[in-house]
Amino acid sequence: MTATATSTSATILPFAEPAKAARDTRPLRLITCGSVDDGKSTLIGRLLWDTKAVKEDQAVTLARDSGQQNDLGLPDFALLLDGLQAEREQGITIDVAYRYFSTDRRSFIVADTPGHEQYTRNMATGASTADLAILLTDARAGLLEQTRRHATIAALMGIRQFVLAVNKFDLVGYDRAVFDKISHDFRELALSLGVRQVTAIPMSALKGENVVYAADTAMPWYDGPTLIEALELATVRSTQAGGFRLPVQRVVRPGESFRGYQGTVAGGSVKPGDSVVILPSGTVANVKQIVTFDLVRNAAVAGDAITLVLDRQVDVARGDMIVSLDGQPMTGRHFDAQVVSLQPGGIEPGKRYWLKSSSRRQRVSVEPVSQLELSTGIWQPHASTLHMNAIGKVRLAFEEQAIFDPYDQNRSTGAFILIDPDTLNTVAGGMITAKRGEIGGIHQSQEGEGQRVLLSLPADLAEQIMASELFAARRDETEIKRMTARQAAEVFRDAACDI
Amino acid sequence: MPLSVQETEVKNPPVSRPPLDPHLKALENEAIHIFREVAAEFEKPVMLYSIGKDSSVLLHLARKAFYPGRVPFPLLHVDTTWKFKEMIRFRDEIAEKYDLDLVVHTNPRGKAEGITPFTHGSALYTDIMKTEALRQALDAGGYDAAFGGARRDEEASRAKERIYSFRTPDHKWDPRNQRPELWNVYNGMIKKGESVRAFPLSNWTEVDIWRYIQAEDIPLVPLYYAAERPYVERDGMMILAEDPRLKLLPGETIRRGMIRFRTLGCFPLTGAIRSTASNLEEVIAELEIATVSERQGRAIDRDQSGSMEKKKREGYF
Ligand SMILES: Nc1nc2c(ncn2[C@@H]2O[C@H](COP(=O)(O)OP(=O)(O)O)[C@@H](O)[C@H]2O)c(=O)[nH]1
Repeated sequence: MTATATSTSATILPFAEPAKAARDTRPLRLITCGSVDDGKSTLIGRLLWDTKAVKEDQAVTLARDSGQQNDLGLPDFALLLDGLQAEREQGITIDVAYRYFSTDRRSFIVADTPGHEQYTRNMATGASTADLAILLTDARAGLLEQTRRHATIAALMGIRQFVLAVNKFDLVGYDRAVFDKISHDFRELALSLGVRQVTAIPMSALKGENVVYAADTAMPWYDGPTLIEALELATVRSTQAGGFRLPVQRVVRPGESFRGYQGTVAGGSVKPGDSVVILPSGTVANVKQIVTFDLVRNAAVAGDAITLVLDRQVDVARGDMIVSLDGQPMTGRHFDAQVVSLQPGGIEPGKRYWLKSSSRRQRVSVEPVSQLELSTGIWQPHASTLHMNAIGKVRLAFEEQAIFDPYDQNRSTGAFILIDPDTLNTVAGGMITAKRGEIGGIHQSQEGEGQRVLLSLPADLAEQIMASELFAARRDETEIKRMTARQAAEVFRDAACDI
Repeated sequence: MPLSVQETEVKNPPVSRPPLDPHLKALENEAIHIFREVAAEFEKPVMLYSIGKDSSVLLHLARKAFYPGRVPFPLLHVDTTWKFKEMIRFRDEIAEKYDLDLVVHTNPRGKAEGITPFTHGSALYTDIMKTEALRQALDAGGYDAAFGGARRDEEASRAKERIYSFRTPDHKWDPRNQRPELWNVYNGMIKKGESVRAFPLSNWTEVDIWRYIQAEDIPLVPLYYAAERPYVERDGMMILAEDPRLKLLPGETIRRGMIRFRTLGCFPLTGAIRSTASNLEEVIAELEIATVSERQGRAIDRDQSGSMEKKKREGYF
C-alpha cells in the first residue's frame, strides 16, 4: 500500500522545504484560472462557503436568487460572485475581482479572473501579485490548450507554485487512473515552464470533496492534501535574500534637522550602521536610524514600510533607490523586458511612454522584438505593434539612468507599468529580464572595447575602495563578484590559461 | 506640535506594543505604502473621514505613514447634520488631539430646503446630503485625490474595485474605464479635473479591522460598544431615540435596551443590534460567531438591489 500510495500521491514536490519549521502566516495571494464551465465559480463559492466566509444574510439572498438548486440542496455558489455576474449581464468589461476567506491558520486573497474574454490581460493583472495559481481542469477533458496558456502566463508573471484542481472528479467515477494521467501530464507541463512546486488534487467543487474537507470515502486511494491544506502550506514569495532595496517614496522633514526617506523595503534587509548607496547618483552613506511610528527599530526587512535616516546630508529625492553597497541593482539606459499589452491601442514601436517602476517614473521608448505564441510556447519574431493581450519581448531605451533588478530575482524592482502619454492610461505591465549590453553576465564598459583590469582583493579593502566617491561615480562601469580566496585563485589560474 | 520631531534623534515614541501578527503587519505595510504614494504623486489629497471604525483605522494608518511628520492633508467630514451626537463630539476631540486639519462641509442647498431623512426619504436625502455634498466639498477644495476607507469584502460590486479608483471631472465612476492595476505600481497620472479615490483598506476584511483596532488600541466612538440606550423600532430597524428631531409615529414607543451599532452613519438610517458586548474583546468575540454581514444595518443598501453600484457611479464614495 505504501509503495502504490507514494506513486499516486498528488504532491509531486513538497510545498514547504522540510527544514522550515515556522509556518508562514502572511496572507497568501492566489489566482484561479480555468476555462468556461470548468467549475471555477463553483470552486471559489465552495471555498468561501466551507470556510464560512459567507454571512447568513448573504446566504439568504443567495438561496432566494438561486433558481436552480443543485441536488445537494446547496445554493448556486456561482451567485456569490455576482460582482462579475452583473458586469456580464450589462456587457461591461469583465476583469479582476478579489475575494477573501480565511482558516484559523492563514488568510487568503483570491484574484478571480474570468476564463474567456481578455484572459491574458486579466490573468496578467491578477497574477502580478499572486504567489500561487490554481489551474482548473475538467477531469473528463484532461489538460487542454487553455491549461497550457494559463500556466504559461502564470509562470511568466513569476508564479512558482501551481495547484492543479482536477475538478468534476465525481463525473469520472473517482477513477484513479484518470488522475494519474492528468497529474503526470501537468507535471511535465509545469516543469517545461520552470515551475517545480506542483500539487495536483482530484476534487469535486460541487460536492465539496478535497476542497476544504477530505474525500476519504469517495477517493480512499488519494493521500495527498486537500486544496485548503495545500494553500495553507504554500509559501509567500519574499525577496529578503538579495541586496537591500528601498525605493524612496517621499522625503519627510518635520523639523530643521530631521530628514527621513520613506518607502517600503523592496528587497533584502537593513540595520543601523549599514553602508548604502543612493542610486542613480552613486552617493554613499551609512544608515543611522530606522524610524517607525511604534519604535525605533534595529532592523527592517523586505515588505516593511519604514523611514530611513542617514548619517550625513545627501541629496535624495522621490524616485531614487537606496541600496546596499553589496549586490547592487542594474543601472543603465538600455534594458530587455517582457511586456503584456493591456489596451486596445497596443504597444507601438518607437513611441515614447511613461514607465513607472517602484516610485520612479521616466520616459522610455519601446521596440518590440518578438511575441509569444501561447498555444505552442514559441517566441516568434515581431517588430510591429503588440496588440492588446499580446505578450512580447521588447527593448527599452531610457533618456536617463534607470534602476532595475531582473524580475526573476525581485518582483518589485523588476516590475514596471507603461503609461500612454496621451490617454494617461496603463497600457502594459512589464518584467525586466536583463540589462542590454550584458553578454554572458559580464557588463560591458560604456566605452565598449576598452581595457579592463581584474583585481583580487581582501574583502575589507574592496569594501573601502567601493565606499569611495570615486568608485561610486563610475559604479556603472564596474563588475563585482564575491568569492572565496580559493575560487579567486582558480579564476586567475583560468584567466592565465586563456591568455 | 506633539507629532513633529525637532531633534535629529527620534526618541522612542509614546507607545511600544507587542509586534503585530504577520497578517495584520502585511495589511498595514500595504496601506502605508498607498498613503505615501498618493501623498507624493497628487497635488492636493484629502482624506474622507466618516468617524466610523474604518475611518478610525484609516486615520491611524495615515498617522503612522507620515510619522514623524504631520498628516500632510486635511480630513474632510461631510456633515449631514443627522449624525449621532457622540460622533461629532468624538470627531472634534480626535482632530484636536492629533493636530489634524479638519474640513467640515454641509450641503447649503439641502440645509436651506430642509431636506431630512424623515421628510424626503432615504434615497433623495442621501443623494443631496451625502453624494451632492461630497461633490461640492471636493470641488471647493480642488482635491485631486481622496482617501476612502472602503473595503473589497464589503459588498459584491466592490470586489473588483481598484486601489486607485478613477473619477471623471464630474466625479463619476465609470466601471468601463478603470485602469488595470499590476503589482503595487499605481498609475497616479490624471488630467486636469480628473481625480482618484484611493482605498488603502481594500484588502482588509471586517475581522481584520477589529483585530487591528484591538492590537493598536485605536479609540472608537462609544456607540460601537453595547450600553443601555433608548430606541424606537421602525421598519424593522432599531433607531436611537435621543435626538429631539426624531418624532414618534403613532403606535411607536421609546424602549430601552442593551444595543450597539456595527456601522455608524446618520442616526435615522442606521439600525442598532441587540448586544451585550460592551468592550472590544466582547465585540470581537461576538463578531467571530456573527452570521450577519455588517452592511445589513444600513438602509441605503436595501433601498434597491445593485444600489451601491449605482451610488458609486453617481459619486457616492
Ligand atoms: N458534477 C460536477 N459538476 C460541477 C462541479 N463543479 C462545477 N460543476 C458544474 O459545472 C457547471 C459550470 O460551473 P461554473 O462554476 O459555473 O463554471 P465556471 O464557468 O468555470 O465558473 C455548473 O453547472 C456546475 O454546477 C463538480 O465538481 N462536479
